[in-house]
Amino acid sequence: MSEETTTGLSHNKLAMWVFLGSECLLFGALISTYLLYRNKFYDGPAPGDIFDIPFTSVSSFVLLMSSLTMVLALAAIQRGDIRNNRLWLLTTALLGAVFIGGQVYEFTTFIREGLGYTTSPFSSAFFTLTGFHGVHVSLGIVMLMSLLISSYRGKLTQKNSETVEIIGLYWHFVDVVWIIIFTVIYLVPNPTS
Amino acid sequence: MDTSETTTDVKEEDEHHEHPSDGKYMQIALVLAIITAAEVATYFVHIGDALIPTLMVMMVVKFWIVAAWFMHLRFDSKMFTRFFVAGIVLAISVYFIFLTVFEFWTEG
Repeated sequence: MSEETTTGLSHNKLAMWVFLGSECLLFGALISTYLLYRNKFYDGPAPGDIFDIPFTSVSSFVLLMSSLTMVLALAAIQRGDIRNNRLWLLTTALLGAVFIGGQVYEFTTFIREGLGYTTSPFSSAFFTLTGFHGVHVSLGIVMLMSLLISSYRGKLTQKNSETVEIIGLYWHFVDVVWIIIFTVIYLVPNPTS
Repeated sequence: MDTSETTTDVKEEDEHHEHPSDGKYMQIALVLAIITAAEVATYFVHIGDALIPTLMVMMVVKFWIVAAWFMHLRFDSKMFTRFFVAGIVLAISVYFIFLTVFEFWTEG
């Protein structure tokens, strides 16, 4: 950061933290709505019948490890190590893509098994919550790829490492939201039909 | 008052902290992986009434580790923590009331 600010803190970074604080309300609404509707599956598949915990555990682990690679990308750019910064940014984007691939596979499987978006209040709440999270991860991948392109154009250096830090904050937030979703939606015992 | 000097002092105090080494980050990731493995194990091992409290504790610990270490809240200005925690507290309060109004705690 080069400019002086009235708080002594980076306005961009502060704005990202305020944004993340507001995102807590968005995901709070989606998780609460899911909790209200998880028992309302009517004649459609119930959550306990359809969730594949071992599969989701693997994709959760992949997303968790992407937080490690993201922080390693930041550490690399902060010490001026452009090569490792690119390596870790690419690895983070790939891990995010693996997670999204897993989610697409999961959604496809559920639809084949008769759980569509409008099958029941449970299915609508589930697809809305996990779909919103998936969109956040996808946007994160776009931002990571933008960083990578900037780096190859010579525009991402140690001097503007704060850009990596701010996108990193967004990425870690997406990870912590999944930590909650994985526990509350998948691991807490679900009703069966 | 020399404003620029004051803001620089605050900035140095708030933002110029040593971040952990790559090795430390890997150790933290290992801890997160172990907690995740323990979480998944609860799906296969029956622990009765302790299940939900155990899962909640592990979830909060993982959340805190990522926020504190990977998001650098431990090292950055407390101002960032305040904004983030304000969002979390507001969300928990609003949706606790929301779930109470819809009798989630009594009827599931």
